[in-house]
Amino acid sequence: MTAPLPFDIIVLGAGPAGATCAATAAEAGRRVAVVDEQPQAGGQVWRAPMGGFPGKGDADQASGDALRQRLVTSSATRLLGHRVWSVVRTETGYRVDTLGPDGPTALEAPSLVVATGAHERVVPFPGWTMPGVIGLAAATVLLKSHGVVPGRRLVVAGCGPLLAVVAAGLVKAGAEVAAVVDIAPRSAWLARLPAILGQPRLAARGLSWALAVAKAGVPMLSGHGVRRVEGGAAVARVVVGPVDAEGAPADGPERVFEADGLIVGHGLTTASEVTRLLRAEHRFDRLRGGWIPVIDGAFQTSLAGLYAIGDGAGIRGQAMASLSGEALGWHLAGRRAEAEAARGRMAAATPFSDAMAGLMAERPAQVRAIAPDTVVCRCEDVTRAEIDAAVAAGATQIDQLKHFTRCGMGPCQGRSCADTVQELMAARLGTTREAVGQWTGRPPLRPVPLGEVIGAFSYDDIPIPTPAPL
Amino acid sequence: MSARQDLVVVGGGIHGCTVALMAARGGLSVALIERGALCREASGVNAGTLTMQMTRVALIPYALRAHAMWADARSWLGHDVGVVVCDGLSLAFTEREEELLSYRAGKRREAGAPIDLIGANAAREVEPGLGEGVRLAGHCKVDGYANAYLTGLAFHRALTDAGVTLMEHRAATGIDREEGGFAVQTAQGVVRGTRLVIAGGVWIEPMMAWLGVSLPIKVLINQLAVTERQRPVMRTVIGIASGLLSLKQYPHGTTVIGGGWQGVGDRERGGVALMPERLIGNVRLACHAIPALKEARLARAWAGLEAETADALPAVGPIPGIPDAYVCGSVHSGYTSGPYLARLLADLILEREPALPLFPIDRLLPPQAGRAAS
Repeated sequence: MTAPLPFDIIVLGAGPAGATCAATAAEAGRRVAVVDEQPQAGGQVWRAPMGGFPGKGDADQASGDALRQRLVTSSATRLLGHRVWSVVRTETGYRVDTLGPDGPTALEAPSLVVATGAHERVVPFPGWTMPGVIGLAAATVLLKSHGVVPGRRLVVAGCGPLLAVVAAGLVKAGAEVAAVVDIAPRSAWLARLPAILGQPRLAARGLSWALAVAKAGVPMLSGHGVRRVEGGAAVARVVVGPVDAEGAPADGPERVFEADGLIVGHGLTTASEVTRLLRAEHRFDRLRGGWIPVIDGAFQTSLAGLYAIGDGAGIRGQAMASLSGEALGWHLAGRRAEAEAARGRMAAATPFSDAMAGLMAERPAQVRAIAPDTVVCRCEDVTRAEIDAAVAAGATQIDQLKHFTRCGMGPCQGRSCADTVQELMAARLGTTREAVGQWTGRPPLRPVPLGEVIGAFSYDDIPIPTPAPL
Repeated sequence: MSARQDLVVVGGGIHGCTVALMAARGGLSVALIERGALCREASGVNAGTLTMQMTRVALIPYALRAHAMWADARSWLGHDVGVVVCDGLSLAFTEREEELLSYRAGKRREAGAPIDLIGANAAREVEPGLGEGVRLAGHCKVDGYANAYLTGLAFHRALTDAGVTLMEHRAATGIDREEGGFAVQTAQGVVRGTRLVIAGGVWIEPMMAWLGVSLPIKVLINQLAVTERQRPVMRTVIGIASGLLSLKQYPHGTTVIGGGWQGVGDRERGGVALMPERLIGNVRLACHAIPALKEARLARAWAGLEAETADALPAVGPIPGIPDAYVCGSVHSGYTSGPYLARLLADLILEREPALPLFPIDRLLPPQAGRAAS
């Protein structure tokens, strides 16, 4: 094993926040490494086309191309296609271990920037694990990177601005959209109109998506949610029904849409694995995606030299992510005036960002309405009823629930279900999310093949410690 | 709680839970105080290995009896804790390891562990998943593993059924001796008992200090890892001569990799970080022993605490100079032997003759200074 490569700053994540931060700090003279598991920078929102697909040629692609070009031109070392599996504190800062196309790599730096973005939340319903059901964010990946439409006739459901993005993308790609089903009532959007209009360019894009969907004659149901998916080996029908203002099922007629696919997402949760792994302080903020790292005005967490920006510090969207990346990049380069200016622009973008985050925040009533026999932890097939039974058997904290049920022990390590499971436990116990807690962060941050992580070695090189006494 | 219990147990790991369970079944009124949830520290996050080949020679007679208890857990604990009894192999890949294995297996055999030394071909018949390079193997049919994470659930049910007053999420902050027994201080009030058992694992040291007894306990931070589910690749418990590997595949397909490689942490913060080079070293050993593990992905790694006395032998017995006070813990490979040792202590408390000698702590205390004034 060779010594870690030294840098001034390591940035984890090359989306709008991370790539902007890395480029800004590198352009200002800092030695920067930026790491991302994807083969190209851009994150989810500015994802690059791949595999020969020329891309959609839209504004997101142009923004992504510009950022990618900026990163290439800068002196930042790009470790793309690298999965980070370990992050530890050292005496001088942080050590990051990755697994890249050429095997294991280790880096170290006094400053570590976490710009890891978000995970998609899907609140379970009967049939959500059926083939043909995919996430809203997952659909954007297929559309942006590969130009792939995940079905012939699709229902788009859930909440937040991604509904319109995906539905419009599907229409443009020639797919049939059976319906767009939004949990939020129209009044929820209307209440946010002033904040939305405060960002005219983004508002105009949103309007163009909505118009494209409307023009295609797609039925749009507000205040509705997916009741269940019917089919067997694959999706055949999507049954939707009205929900109340809190997101729980409400009285009213169900509607059935014949479809071979359902694209569904219920907002985003912060990807906080790195800050949890390092035991930084977190707080629960439902609006910002759940458990988020506590940061100060300069994006520093409770640990010296550990920073969090973008959606990884709380769901705020691309505009805020880019600005936070710029502000931190300047800050880490010691350029206080520029950092201050970028932070000022963040303030102006906050109302829009909060409006969108509010539409995407977890709705506790929706979670509490999950049926007993619905699988919640899909890695380990743990149902709502089994979670309730574990609580009845004495589990009061989330790590204890894992021991009782294996919930969260699978390949995703709770990334998919944590928010839902914690809410279910808190509701069942009549306590707070804080009391239920979070799953302890542990390596690896992504599952890594044993055969790759061990690299090439001979038995004699394994540094076997001294045996225990006999 | 003002009513005085016959026994107060401080610490809800495998030792404290077993003492509490056996004492309650023996007719005592028992309260068990645990700062978190039952068996969520060492007792719930260890590798679950039930082996003789990593057990200290002096503990072999205890471990053999404890193994029988684990294999029969359903009868006394009411839950099988996922115990699987299977063959175990301790491997030697180098000449030095061969010598170490021959010597250590011989000593353990003298102590009663049915370990045979076998060659590479015979070892491969026991474990077809073995890789190349095995020079010698210790083979023991008394081996196996439990699903350690189920321990807390199992004891929670058993203790509740036995009528033990369970006080989880209640940290003891001090212990006072008083007329007729002990007063354990907690943030939620005093818990009184005629007798006292300190079973706080690595926290035994600060707990003993409350009683004025100085018993140094070293804290080990053992790194562990588990793979995702994969096809069956092994059917035994695998170790190596030095003891720095433990490996077994669970029926649901995951493989737990342990062996006591040290991570970062301490008594105050727990196991806070895993050293990547040591994780890689441990995983290299695992893949060297069972090459098909290379196909699996690493799902999770963690660190658990282990308590060790100055001579690495248990602290199980009366606390010198303090009548009716006992300590129970610091058992090397304590998950294997814990239930039996704790049962012996319960026998002593219940005024039954323990079937095997305990491990009194007199040997670990300074000549006079550390003893409590009685």
